Amino acid sequence: MAEEAAPTESSPLRPGRAARFIPRSPVGWLGLLFVALIVLWLGRNLVADPSEFFSIFFIGLTNGAVYALVALGYTLVYGILQLINFAHGDNFALGGLVASTVIVSWFGLGGDPSTGAVVVGIAVALVIATAFSSALGTTIELVAYRRLRNAPRLAALITAVGMSFILQDIGLVGWGVSFRTIDPLISNDVAFSIGDVGFQWNKLTVLALTVPVLLVLTWLVRSTKQGKAMRATSMDMDAAAMMGINVNRTISFTFALAGGLAGAGGLLYFLHFSSIRYDTGFQLGLIAFTAAVLGGIGNLSGAVLGAILIGLIEQFNEGLPLWSPGSDWTRSIVFGILIAILVFRPEGLLGERTPEGG
Amino acid sequence: MTATEANGGGTILELEDVHTFYGSIHALKGITIEVREREIVTLIGANGAGKSTTLRSINGLNRPRRGTIRFQGQVITDAPAHKIVKMGIAQSPEGRRLFPRMSVLENLQMGAFQRSGKDKDLHSDLDRVYTLFPRLAERKSQMAGTLSGGEQQMVAIGRALMARPKLLMLDEPSMGLAPIFVERIFDIIREINEQGTPILLVEQNAMMALDVAQRGYVLETGTIALADEAKALRQNEQVRKTYLGEE
Ligand SMILES: Nc1ncnc2c1ncn2[C@@H]1O[C@H](COP(=O)(O)OP(=O)(O)OP(=O)(O)O)[C@@H](O)[C@H]1O
Ligand SMILES: [Mg+2]
Repeated sequence: MAEEAAPTESSPLRPGRAARFIPRSPVGWLGLLFVALIVLWLGRNLVADPSEFFSIFFIGLTNGAVYALVALGYTLVYGILQLINFAHGDNFALGGLVASTVIVSWFGLGGDPSTGAVVVGIAVALVIATAFSSALGTTIELVAYRRLRNAPRLAALITAVGMSFILQDIGLVGWGVSFRTIDPLISNDVAFSIGDVGFQWNKLTVLALTVPVLLVLTWLVRSTKQGKAMRATSMDMDAAAMMGINVNRTISFTFALAGGLAGAGGLLYFLHFSSIRYDTGFQLGLIAFTAAVLGGIGNLSGAVLGAILIGLIEQFNEGLPLWSPGSDWTRSIVFGILIAILVFRPEGLLGERTPEGG
Repeated sequence: MTATEANGGGTILELEDVHTFYGSIHALKGITIEVREREIVTLIGANGAGKSTTLRSINGLNRPRRGTIRFQGQVITDAPAHKIVKMGIAQSPEGRRLFPRMSVLENLQMGAFQRSGKDKDLHSDLDRVYTLFPRLAERKSQMAGTLSGGEQQMVAIGRALMARPKLLMLDEPSMGLAPIFVERIFDIIREINEQGTPILLVEQNAMMALDVAQRGYVLETGTIALADEAKALRQNEQVRKTYLGEE
């Protein structure tokens, strides 16, 4: 009797790391040229004005950190259900709106508040926005997605689009059509400088809140029992159930986690960009989703990498003085790069080569 | 033979008139079977007879619409799959269903997931699996998805053992294995059973299955066609013709 072929991934002999980057077709050479041009552009600007370059880099990094919080939610949910949760971006926006209410209406942090008040206000807003979006994410899974788990993918996808509109409408009714704005709460004074490059308090705060969240998340998924359950469920739901894993609870937990990240992201967005409204989640959701695909959907480090890359590309394009196409072209450039990367690596930068693709 | 027939053993698993559907497809049309302490019971039958569906009805992945399933006297017909594992039913499913992007070791550890288990127990359980399948010790850090079919089968059985089951269910453990390896798997099944675990064994290889089992059931399109001692089934004219390929 012949040995049955392994039902999952086979193990093709992978070419060496270096060999992978030697193009095998004209398109490949074109890609290499494209990369070379980008490197040249960045290099030229770096040489011309290093301190300007790094301060733009720092802004891009900060924006990327905010995108990363949202991108992770797309990737977490996709990883476990193979579902693109379109409502996720709107959950993020509602989280931001809730945070704006806490900060502006409850704490009245509009004018020129004391540092103590700002710290307490932000901490309370963080807890409330995170809890709110977390609960909202879990509820959406429970009422909208759970029954469709075995239905065709398109049914769940359409439901997700529908949930997205419902959440936008809730935001519209609850917070109105105009932007909720706030004067910058955290000063943009330079906290410290390295050489000519100054690191400002407001951006440092965003990073100081994001980095620990990312570290905790990584630890949670890699090293805890709950994380093991998530990984197992994402690979094979039935098999996970046969191991004694409560699959429903694991999926709820995943949505809670994704929602919590979106809520935290909403607060940081409001602090960082100073304005938010009911449809902010649409655009930002698209950017974050793009980041998740760019990094390799389902891959946590990939989502962070993709988000930071997009943050950087945007800022470099809008801020670098030499040879930059400028802000009119930002979205075209972001998506142009996305398409280019996906042509060469359909599974995304850090995605795995699986039969179902990236 | 074993002591089982002599003392009869208490019943550990009982299915009574179980009906299971896939949508409108009536896959099991009133299955009644039982497994007693220390026994190996085999379920044989043609493709599509409902053998795997019987196991999926027991483990909670396909709830029966009618009938009762009792495990150690408790009704588990409507219990969710993860609770049933905790009660002590583990299995090596059809198609093995390993976690492809986890290592062999991680797969084995997943088997013990539901036990609040101390690490010491885990080590002795791993040792037990590695003693049964020395090959897995060599391969423990390899991704399960890249193992050969036979190696995957070993992991699937080992993973089920890691749950310290009170009842072990095996769905076609010899599927796709080289003949020499089939012999080895059946030796291991006997060995696991002699260590005290009752086994419900689904097999295409009726000859080997009836050899290792004490009792057997023959399934035909969702119903039990025959139920008897394994020895008697081996002698049965109809079984010999249909399932043992004898004229
Ligand atoms: N997911 C499903 N959806 C619809 N029908 C199914 C499904 N799974 C099994 N069936 C049907 O139920 C019946 C019993 O299937 P089952 O898998 O239990 O057979 P089996 O005895 O295990 O066969 P085999 O020896 O081929 O594994 C078959 O007629 C099959 O077509
Ligand atoms: Mg089967």
